[in-house]
Amino acid sequence: MITLTVNGREHSFDGDPEMPLLWYLRDELGLTGTKFGCGMAQCGACMIHLDSYATFACITPISMAEGSEVSTIEGLTENGDHPVQVAWRDLNVSQCGYCQAGQIMQAAALVDSTPDLTDEDIDMVMSANLCRCGTYPRIRAAIKQAAQARAE
Amino acid sequence: MMQTTRIVNVSRRSLVLGMGAGGLVLAVGLPPRGRSQEAPVEFGADAMPNGWRDDPNVFVSIDEDGIVTVTVHRAEMGQGVRTSIAMVVADELEADWDRVRVTQAPGDELRYGNQDTDGSRSLRHFFDPMRRAGASARTMLELAAANAWDVPVAEVRAEGHVVRHASSDRTMSFGELASAAAVLPVPDRDGLRLKDPASFRYIGKSDIGLVDNDDITRGTTTYGIDVRRDGMLYAVIARPPVIGGRVASVDDRAALQVAGVERIVRLDPPAIPAEFQPLGGVAVIARNTWAAIKGREALVIEWDDGPHGGYSSEDYKAELEAAVRTSDGKLILNRGDVETALAEAPTRVVAEYYIPHLAQAPMEPPAAVADVRDGSCEVWACVQAPQVTRLRLAEQMELPEEDVTVNVTLLGGGFGRKSKPDFVLEAAMLSREMGIPVKLTWTREDDLHHSYYHTVSVERLEAGLDDAGKAVAWLHRTAAPTIGSIFAPDPKEKLPFELGMGLTNMPLDIPNVRAENPQAPAHVRIGWYRSVSNIPHAFAIQSFIAELAEAAGRDPRDYLLEVIGPARLIDPSEIGDVWNYGENPDRYPIDTGRLRKVTETVAEAIGWGREMPSGRGLGLAAHYSFVSHVAVATEVEVVDGQVRIPRVEIAIDCGAHVNPDRIRSQMEGAVIMGVGQALTTEITFHDGRAQQGNFDSYLIPRMEIAPRDMNVHLVNSGGYDMPLGGVGEPGLPPVVPAITNAIFAATGQRIRRLPVADQLRS
Repeated sequence: MITLTVNGREHSFDGDPEMPLLWYLRDELGLTGTKFGCGMAQCGACMIHLDSYATFACITPISMAEGSEVSTIEGLTENGDHPVQVAWRDLNVSQCGYCQAGQIMQAAALVDSTPDLTDEDIDMVMSANLCRCGTYPRIRAAIKQAAQARAE
Repeated sequence: MMQTTRIVNVSRRSLVLGMGAGGLVLAVGLPPRGRSQEAPVEFGADAMPNGWRDDPNVFVSIDEDGIVTVTVHRAEMGQGVRTSIAMVVADELEADWDRVRVTQAPGDELRYGNQDTDGSRSLRHFFDPMRRAGASARTMLELAAANAWDVPVAEVRAEGHVVRHASSDRTMSFGELASAAAVLPVPDRDGLRLKDPASFRYIGKSDIGLVDNDDITRGTTTYGIDVRRDGMLYAVIARPPVIGGRVASVDDRAALQVAGVERIVRLDPPAIPAEFQPLGGVAVIARNTWAAIKGREALVIEWDDGPHGGYSSEDYKAELEAAVRTSDGKLILNRGDVETALAEAPTRVVAEYYIPHLAQAPMEPPAAVADVRDGSCEVWACVQAPQVTRLRLAEQMELPEEDVTVNVTLLGGGFGRKSKPDFVLEAAMLSREMGIPVKLTWTREDDLHHSYYHTVSVERLEAGLDDAGKAVAWLHRTAAPTIGSIFAPDPKEKLPFELGMGLTNMPLDIPNVRAENPQAPAHVRIGWYRSVSNIPHAFAIQSFIAELAEAAGRDPRDYLLEVIGPARLIDPSEIGDVWNYGENPDRYPIDTGRLRKVTETVAEAIGWGREMPSGRGLGLAAHYSFVSHVAVATEVEVVDGQVRIPRVEIAIDCGAHVNPDRIRSQMEGAVIMGVGQALTTEITFHDGRAQQGNFDSYLIPRMEIAPRDMNVHLVNSGGYDMPLGGVGEPGLPPVVPAITNAIFAATGQRIRRLPVADQLRS
């Protein structure tokens, strides 16, 4: 039996301990905001926070989350008002939107953990997340806006 | 209003083509749209299957609280159509944007008109009908208010979500008027008063938030892969790795031992050509996606590869090269006397360009949920062509169309992949087998191994220059497997619509032009990929024009403008393109003045002609596609064989701008996609199998390669009375040659094979 906390609620699971968190969240808990894109940590659509670190849910077995706190896009904030979420809406970052939950989770962790963000920081961290629509210029701008808002 | 005569008059096969493919292939079975035809000829939305509708009762509803709900019948895949159509309707309706909601139409073209979301057509074909739908609803609200006050309707005016009678200073809200307005007759289309564009509130404005912004940023959107139904099981399928292949033997004992696996189901391969039929294989149905994936890994399958098991990209490239080096190809253009002009030209230039297969690879892979039982079929799916999906499901399930419901979810990207409903048919077959709802998910490997790939091309160009360096002869040979190969048995020549994507409709100011199309058989499923055949044509032609400039010792911008020639209007049917993206050549001529203007705009923006430091260069390209004119200028830097693209300028003239922010975002996305196609993105085959299975080998662009300085120029050469051009696709074709031309300027090395990959490393 594995116990873990997801978006502040405790859950237990007695299925395959190797099941990636991604499929546990989506299929077992119905938290479909966390997306499948590659299954091998290549695209970042599945990005969650595991004990506040940005983590690829698609390659993280649920057994690794034993006793941990998992936060998904649905639980990032109660009202959708993280500076990153606000900036994403302000700048109409999204196109199809599919990868954006992962982008936002990655960006939120970046903005929350890194003061004085540089373009190089953004390149390095955000290059883990793919967007086939090509929203990178606006992601970059939104992260800068969110970082500014965070600093104020 | 709608026009179906020409469609039902053609053969059954052509009907399939038309329905399945939307307008792109519609032209195939039809006579050319020459001027000599006696029968009236339909264009644009009129010529699409099931045409268009503008009935306000179909598209607009208003509840008693005044909430306006706009039904959007086109699929949202990132182009912003849910927002843009709602803007158009709300503006004409005089609705307050904050009280506008959007709902997605299911597949039902008799009700909604054409729903094939492809070909960069949604606003081009539905801007006018959606304006009328909004204006009709507004007129009905005004009439309801006039009736209530017993005053002439001419004295009342809808404005900002209320109807006002100015002289008596009375107002009624839309909510108060809704039920009375709903029972009024729909006003006559011809007498309808449309708003003066000067009073638009939303159309043409850049500050409109996306209708799905809140859901996207909070993770509460529903894509096809996200749908959940009670009692649902989860499936993945092991498909034959080679088209035309089949299961020789399968041992599923270990798979059935995987915890959570419920059933293994064999699926027959389709007859070839397969159109949108599933590939067959072995399905694993389980209690969750993970168990299904593990179950599939445990299958032991031997495949019979069939006739395409020897397909190899390197060999095939050599085949295409051999084909374009003969003059055996089908003659597709012939103006003047190319042979003589080439023979007499003091300078001749020849170049061959190779453009590889690509996979659309939308971030959401194909996925669908189906519930087939008790004589009905309901699906929830990320489909670009919901009506075609419905028709194919009805055939497959042997149900009448009215018992098939196709709910359209958001699409996590489409790019042409989701125009083909093969994956929805798979889900339905498995649900029928199980008697309960089934979600079918494609893994990324499934997506890249079983795509409807962008074609693979060799383009050979030869030109003769006169003593002054001016191009006087132009010979273009194009060889590439056709999209027609998924519809017909083994065609080897490109279809008119493929040739009309930047080849037969090239506005070249050159007296002697010939084009030939040698044969090229298909060995994989070929399908639409954003911009389609414009990709190879624009790359080859725009590269070659720069090569001619080099041979002539001329500036590439000046030379490009010279080849485009003076500003003039060209009827594409007069230069060899009978298709013109389905549009009327009178309303949509090729306008070289507009092509020049976008070219000059980006050249000026990037500072064309300035001194560049060593290792840096500027590149330029222009291309007309989807009845829009686009040009791109890039600045690249090459260091140790590595390409950086610090700056890109892109200009589009697509007529009036309905949703400028989404035009900009489409241009930005096109630049990023083009950067990938230029530098890294390629699907190759060996032994009939795609060699790229995931994003570790199929290299689509990441943030680190995204140009940091990117500027979009919306060139506006007319008002709302001008017909709209496409937006979703035309940005992409000129991006790649603008990059490779800049690489040449930076390094002196000409890229003739895509992607660049490691070609610049010595």
